[in-house]
Amino acid sequence: MKKVWWTIPVAAASVAAVRKARSGRTADDRAGDRWLTVTVNRPLAEVSPDDLPEPLAAFPGKIEVRVRPAPGDRGTELAVRPVQVPTAGQTSLPARLAGEDPRQELRLALRRAKALLEAGEVLLPDAPPTTRPTPGGKLVEMVTRRAGGEGVL
Amino acid sequence: MKALCWEGVNKLSVENVPDPELRNDQDMIVRLIAGTTCGSDLHLIGGYIPAMRAGDVIGHEFLGEVVETGPGVRRHKVGDRVVVCSFIGCGRCWYCANDLWSLCDNSNTNPGIGQALFGYETAGIFGYSHAMGGLRGSHAEYVRVPFADYGAFQVPEGIDDTSALFVSDSVPTGWMGADLAGVRPGDVVAVWGCGAVGQMAARAAILKGAERVIAIDRIPERLAMTERYVGAETLDYTRTDIAAELRERTGGRGPDVCIEAVGMEAHSDGPAYLYDQAKQQLRLQTDRPTAVRQAIHACRKAGTVFVLGVFAGAVDKFPLGAVVNKGLTVRGAQMHGQRYIPTLLEKLAAGELKTAHLATHTLSLDEAPTAYEMFKEKTDGCVRAVIRP
Repeated sequence: MKKVWWTIPVAAASVAAVRKARSGRTADDRAGDRWLTVTVNRPLAEVSPDDLPEPLAAFPGKIEVRVRPAPGDRGTELAVRPVQVPTAGQTSLPARLAGEDPRQELRLALRRAKALLEAGEVLLPDAPPTTRPTPGGKLVEMVTRRAGGEGVL
Repeated sequence: MKALCWEGVNKLSVENVPDPELRNDQDMIVRLIAGTTCGSDLHLIGGYIPAMRAGDVIGHEFLGEVVETGPGVRRHKVGDRVVVCSFIGCGRCWYCANDLWSLCDNSNTNPGIGQALFGYETAGIFGYSHAMGGLRGSHAEYVRVPFADYGAFQVPEGIDDTSALFVSDSVPTGWMGADLAGVRPGDVVAVWGCGAVGQMAARAAILKGAERVIAIDRIPERLAMTERYVGAETLDYTRTDIAAELRERTGGRGPDVCIEAVGMEAHSDGPAYLYDQAKQQLRLQTDRPTAVRQAIHACRKAGTVFVLGVFAGAVDKFPLGAVVNKGLTVRGAQMHGQRYIPTLLEKLAAGELKTAHLATHTLSLDEAPTAYEMFKEKTDGCVRAVIRP
């Protein structure tokens, strides 16, 4: 039994994320059009909405972009959101698990844009993998496959 | 190449895995010279850290020789002997720029998991689960080092491999505990745990001018080692009422600073241990905070408690009342190694720090599972097992 217990925290984290997502939709009437925001540790002059890195430049006309200086000399706040607010079905749990929520793709692009602006590259995971398919490993794989597009930012 | 892989709860094996590749311009590849077991590995080996997959290469505290550099690497060249920080930092996000390297925004390739668990993700770390980035660990013949200009440090001639090895993780972790806890000249400092991190925290407190440093453990060899190489007083908690002893040694005040260097699998000889063990095994709490509770109770009014041990999730019976009513400062952090490693290499070279004694055993990579078994069971006086390819 103990051999499978280690998967429980993963499942719990997944459940927590799902609960958060669900509660967000019921308690947050702006969930669909809320800005996705990161703070980039670069001056405002280097984070131009007209010259964004490729991950965000790939959304021409499909996203709104807002930049403003972050307080306390923390760089520049970069915010994006889809011009067309996703439907409830597009942001549903099945859509998110399938990776079909448009905000997932945008969140991933936003993170990558921040990494490019700050560090000059997006850190890639190791390859080729050393892992093998096991029931617990498949669960972790599912979580990690979506992890880049999920989260609070 | 050969590597030590996590195969399941309490199952390790040495496997043949693909060689690492340069995946980013700022990567480099190092050939392992030496790595070491770390207490935090025991948590993931035992299944207490989420998001491990069968076949994951573990290990995060290591020293190597540069064999290949990406086109974006400027500060290292092939042949350099480097100690590599266990946490990976991009060097340019706000957290790295403010020397809070274990909080890097750009080095965790799976940020959604950390955000679900903690609210915000941590930095990536070598070989420490997919929640911490999923990057391969260092118990392998070759290791990929991302953001190499920021995470790898050339070891000065004159410092031997074994001494330098611990500057990868345990020395800066201990040093950070004393530093961020704000140890000042004249302080009395108590340290829970006499493993490598606890010893280094105690030594850092001494070097920062603490009047008295009292280290607590139950393993005779570790207590003796702490007295001999660190210069701290020691207490065996199986023979002494720790709270009473600390009160007596501090004129009734309690320690000014309490540093916990034990972590989520704390042991004690009181009923709280059985309670915590039962709850952890039933997964009603993820971590056992036995030493943290004791540190909070023992600390003087308006003192500081620093949690250095690794904790992953939620604990039960956390004495928040003591924190509030005694006006304590409670702080914790994973290791901001890049902030301290250059200074620590200088202190090592100057003889102010001694670390070689921590390496009680040396085994080959083929024997790495045995090394972890010895380390976990603390057999034959094992404090740290050094693993060489």
